[in-house]
Amino acid sequence: MGLDKIGIAKRIAKELKDGYYVNLGIGIPTLVANYIPEGINVEFQSENGVLGMGPFPFDGEEDADLINAGKQTITTLDGAVFFDSATSFSMIRGKHVQLTVLGAMEVSENGDIANWKIPGKMVKGMGGAMDLVASADNIIVAMMHTNKAGESKLLKKCSLPLTGVSCVKKIVTNLAVLEIVPEGFLLLERAPGVSVEEIQNATEGTLIIKGTVPEMEA
Amino acid sequence: MINKEVKSIDEAIAGVQSNMTFMLGGFGLCGIPENCIDALAKSGINGLTCISNNAGVDDFGLGLLLQKRQIKKMISSYVGENAEFERQMLSGELEVDLIPQGSLAERCRAGGAGIPAFFTPAGYGTEVAEGKEVREFNGQPHILETALEADFAFVKAWKGDTAGNLIYKGTARNFNPMMAMAGKITVAEVEQLVPAGELDPASIHTPGIFVQRIIQGKNYEKRIEQRTVRTKE
Repeated sequence: MGLDKIGIAKRIAKELKDGYYVNLGIGIPTLVANYIPEGINVEFQSENGVLGMGPFPFDGEEDADLINAGKQTITTLDGAVFFDSATSFSMIRGKHVQLTVLGAMEVSENGDIANWKIPGKMVKGMGGAMDLVASADNIIVAMMHTNKAGESKLLKKCSLPLTGVSCVKKIVTNLAVLEIVPEGFLLLERAPGVSVEEIQNATEGTLIIKGTVPEMEA
Repeated sequence: MINKEVKSIDEAIAGVQSNMTFMLGGFGLCGIPENCIDALAKSGINGLTCISNNAGVDDFGLGLLLQKRQIKKMISSYVGENAEFERQMLSGELEVDLIPQGSLAERCRAGGAGIPAFFTPAGYGTEVAEGKEVREFNGQPHILETALEADFAFVKAWKGDTAGNLIYKGTARNFNPMMAMAGKITVAEVEQLVPAGELDPASIHTPGIFVQRIIQGKNYEKRIEQRTVRTKE
C-alpha cells in the first residue's frame, strides 16, 4: 500500500504556492512539474542555468544546447531566461528560489540529509545539492520511506556522509507526510490505506504522533 | 581592435604541457569545447589537473582524456555517467576533488575576478568543510573557499568575434563565462566566428578581454546525454 512515485509527486505539488520559483532535483522531484495545481503560477529553475523551464520537447525538436540539470532535453516557456552557473547559484544561495525539492538516501530527525555518496560503493558527487540545501528556506524531500533492503531512511542520525545539516523541513514518502520539528519527525498525514503502525514500524527516528493523523487527500 | 583569432587548433592549444591545470567549460556534454578536447587527446600530454563540472562520458568529452590516462586529478561537482572514471577513481589511479557546484562556479569566478577567497554556507557540516575555516555571519556558519585559477581555460561559445567577445546559446553557457575569466590563457572555440563589429555590444556574455585566443570550431557533434521527448497527441 501507499503511494507510488507519481503519488508522491502529486502530493508535493500541493505545496506549490502562486509566485514560487522552484528548483526540482533529479528523480521523483522532476515529476512534480507535471501536477501544478490549477490557478497557480510557478517557475522552475534548473541550476545548470535556466529559469522558466517547460516540458520535454516533441520528438525531433530536441536541442543539444537546451537541457536541465539532469542533462535531459527540455523546452522553455514564455519569459524564460538563461544564465551562467555563478548567477544560477546566486539565485540559490541568495534565497531567491522559494522551494527546493530533492531526493535523499537518508534524512535524520534533526533535518540532516545524506544523498551524494556511499563510501566505497557509489561516489558520483554532490552536484548542486549542497548549495541548494545550505541556503533554501523551504526544503522538501521526496523519497521512499525505506530502502531496497526494507530499512528505514528516516533515522535518528544519518549513517552516510551528509549533504547538509538541519535543513530539511518536510518529507513526503510513499507512506506519509512528515515535518521536522525540534522533537523529531512530526507525522502530518498518512498515505491512503497506510496505518500509523506501519509508518511507525518503517521509521527508525523519533516519530511524533499528535491526535488522529488524517489520511492524505486524493 | 586586438585580433585574437587563430587559424589552427594547434595554434589554439600552443603551450599546453604535461602537469598543467586546465579549466574546461560545459555541463554534462552541453557546451563543452569539443575541438580543444580532441586536440588535447591527440597532444599526448599527461599528468593534467582538470577543473570541469563533469567528466564527460566514456567515449566523449573529458572521457577521451580519461581513456588515455592523461588526467591525474579532476576537480568537479558531479562525475556519474562515466564508468571509466569511476573505475580509475575507486582504484586510486585518479585523484578526485568533489566540490559543491555553486562553490565550483564561484571559485572560478573569484579566480578571474581577483577575489582570493570567500565564505559560503554550502558544505558546512559535511566532508567538504574538513580542514576549512568556519566563520559565522548573521548567526549562520559558513566555510572559507579559495579561488581557482588555471594555466589554460578552454571554453565553447555559439558566436564569437575576432576581438574575442562571446555569446552562448541556451544552457550551453553554464561554466564557460567564469572559466573564461579564470584562465591565464583562455581559448574560446565558437560555432560561428564573425569579424569584430558584427555582434551587438549589448548582447555579449563574455567580454573579449577575458579571451586570449579564439578559433572557428568545426565538426561539432553536440551529443545529447539524456534524450528525453514527449509524443504529440
